[in-house]
Amino acid sequence: MATTYYSEEHEWITIEGNTGTVGITDFAQEQLGDIVFAEVTKANEEVTKDEEVAVVESVKAASDIFSPVSGIISEVNVLLEDAPETINSDPLENGWIFKITITNPNELDDLMDLESYNKFVESIK
Amino acid sequence: MTEAELKLSPINDLHLKYGARMVPFSGYSMPLQYKLGVKQEHIHTRTKAGLFDVSHMGQICLKGDEVKDELENLVPSDIKSLSEGEMRYTLFLNKKGGILDDLIVTDAGNHLFVVVNAACRHKDIKFLRDNLRCDIEELEDRALLALQGPVSETVLEMLAPGVADLKFMSSGEFSICGAECFITRSGYTGEDGFEISMPSMMAEEIAETILRDEDTELIGLGARDSLRLEAGLCLYGQDINEMTTPVEANLGWTIGKRRRQEGGFPGFENIIRQLKDGVSTRRYGVRPDGRAPARAGTEIFDLEENKVGDISSGGFGPTVGAPIAMAYIDTSSIETGSKVSVLVRDNLLPATITNLPFISPNYKRT
Repeated sequence: MATTYYSEEHEWITIEGNTGTVGITDFAQEQLGDIVFAEVTKANEEVTKDEEVAVVESVKAASDIFSPVSGIISEVNVLLEDAPETINSDPLENGWIFKITITNPNELDDLMDLESYNKFVESIK
Repeated sequence: MTEAELKLSPINDLHLKYGARMVPFSGYSMPLQYKLGVKQEHIHTRTKAGLFDVSHMGQICLKGDEVKDELENLVPSDIKSLSEGEMRYTLFLNKKGGILDDLIVTDAGNHLFVVVNAACRHKDIKFLRDNLRCDIEELEDRALLALQGPVSETVLEMLAPGVADLKFMSSGEFSICGAECFITRSGYTGEDGFEISMPSMMAEEIAETILRDEDTELIGLGARDSLRLEAGLCLYGQDINEMTTPVEANLGWTIGKRRRQEGGFPGFENIIRQLKDGVSTRRYGVRPDGRAPARAGTEIFDLEENKVGDISSGGFGPTVGAPIAMAYIDTSSIETGSKVSVLVRDNLLPATITNLPFISPNYKRT
């Protein structure tokens, strides 16, 4: 069964086998506002936890997306090239940003489950 | 500056009531956006009517027998030819012709009504007091609202009969909700629209009355920025500053014909030389070919990878449907239509130099 974890940088990662699918949370997309551009800058590269791997730009500003775990970026969501606003409309499903082959599963222990993440969001509101 | 030190707009409570996301801006707490979000607010203004709170801007009354002559000593525009009700966009200049602020001057009959940028208001007041002998009064008990967009005329005519007769860049006194309002047909969006100066204590009631029209929405600073960028309008401190002259800023049209011959404004010699010989750098539009926005500070290179300029304002234009920017470009090698590269996140991305604006303005000129 797939398990989803959350980071303090407002990314979610859903784990299936050794592959993680990463996107940003509903709170994050709402804070960013209308997204007009998304790009994975480290496609096919090996990255470390907390490294900047993608950027999403709203009408207002550019924001970095960090990898919640170490691994190799294996796939990017090509839908976002022409429809970056999918991150606003469907952040947790079709608005996923990249997939990563996880090299250090222990790092998942540093992330939050949904309940902890929701409490974290309440604490910073 | 902490939030406690930020000044509040006269309609701060209304912003909070309508779900504004407030941000510090030029010493004020101002609405960045409301519930619609920047993109929808932008599109609403281009298609219907958007209500903007611009009360943070400085409203100044200049009064005196020689006030027009005196003001001409500080700006390059023809102020003396303004007849009652007419208004003009102009620039405060320093001795080298650098731009100290941009402003709008309106002949309000017995005085000149001047609107300056929020961030410059204290500097401007000092500049005026140091240079003018006329009476200078900052109208601190006045709010300023802008109603912009193709439906604004219909909305405002209901409340202030007669505003429909105003032409672009003209003004008059009207009454809304029983309050005396000074209304100009002007704005900062590229759309037809009005700016309404009113007593602060009446601002909330007037704003609520305007918002009762279903075609009207509150619009925040986020959309104000994307609207003015599409319209090719400068933001002081970003696209123009003390280091740029009107000629470099492609604002040579602000220099009156008579003023070009007579001079008598700061930086005259430098500016006339630039008008005659041309300038080495000038403000142009930039259209990135792809979808990635190129923000302020982005470097621009020619196809041989020589640096040829910097972006002064850049972002995404919701009406254009693509990234847009303004930039200062080396005029020796680049012109409208030139292919260039913009350096975004260490990648050289293709872009094209364009004229401004990016949209056709919708002003009511006749």
